[in-house]
Amino acid sequence: MTTTIDAPRTPIRPAPKKGVNWEKWGWIYMRASGVVLVVLIFGHLFVNLMVGDGVSAIDFAFVGGKLSSPFWQWWDVAMLWLALIHGSNGMRTLVNDYSRNQTVGKILKGAIFVSAVVLIVLGTLVVFTFDPCPAGAPADLVASFCPTS
Amino acid sequence: MTATVSRKSQGGSFVSLKTAGTPPITQSGPKRPAGTLYRGREGMWSWVLHRITGVAIFFFLLVHILDTALIRVSPEAYNAVIGTYQTPIMGLGEVALVGAIAYHAYNGLRIVLIDFWSKGSKYQKVMFYVVIGLWVITMLGFVPRHLINVFSH
Ligand code: HEM
Repeated sequence: MTTTIDAPRTPIRPAPKKGVNWEKWGWIYMRASGVVLVVLIFGHLFVNLMVGDGVSAIDFAFVGGKLSSPFWQWWDVAMLWLALIHGSNGMRTLVNDYSRNQTVGKILKGAIFVSAVVLIVLGTLVVFTFDPCPAGAPADLVASFCPTS
Repeated sequence: MTATVSRKSQGGSFVSLKTAGTPPITQSGPKRPAGTLYRGREGMWSWVLHRITGVAIFFFLLVHILDTALIRVSPEAYNAVIGTYQTPIMGLGEVALVGAIAYHAYNGLRIVLIDFWSKGSKYQKVMFYVVIGLWVITMLGFVPRHLINVFSH
């Protein structure tokens, strides 16, 4: 019995002859964002889990202190966008690999796309509209720099 | 029909595009084919772990953005949800999470080196053990300190 086996990595659809090769840019994005994410995520974990009392020191006042500085705002937003796009593009690869049914695959990829967009918008709005000293909040729950009313 | 396996590759080289699909080389050596870069041994298991950790981190990230969004609702709402992260059980979960992230990060850098460094695929096995070594060092630095933070508060 003879079986023809495609060469390894033979694409299901060949890359377009003209126009943008999105799969190639996705591949490059996974690597470029990965390298940046190592710095952003290790920094994030170190500051939140290793410095001081670690996880047991995290509360509204702690996050309020961090997010009142543009440095951490941009750090968190960069991490949010890079990680969600990297993660959802990675999940798309898994759906391409494992889903055997075109319709199911399309639904799953649609769900991944929608959740990524919703969470990117939500997270970005939270970081930039956040008020570390909300009016009427108890003084012992907010950052020490908040004016005591 | 079995895939063609080059005898000398103990995990070092690819099945070449030309030989894939042609009848197998008659083997006189080991009964079981040795691994290729992505089949069996370090190459495959590093990938399996990379995939599992990637998916796990993705689902954590979905939840983590939602819980952090409560910071915009009220101090009480945020403190309530973050309080659940400070329990012993979640403390152990955070050890697993950091372990998954550290592996995925170091092995991700290994993938980048395999793809862009001219000697990358030659040293992919060595680099896998470097990944494991860095992971052990990272966890030795993180786990004791984290568990003290979790269990002494
Ligand atoms: C810490 C820094 C990170 C690095 C260096 C990194 C690196 C990589 C690399 C190089 C790939 C392979 C892409 C390919 O083969 O085309 C990958 C895949 C993947 N990554 Fe990451 N990544 C990181 C963080 C993350 C995060 C935070 C998530 C989740 C939100 C994530 C989820 C995934 C997923 C789901 C895949 C697909 C796995 C697969 O195709 O087998 N990664 N990562």
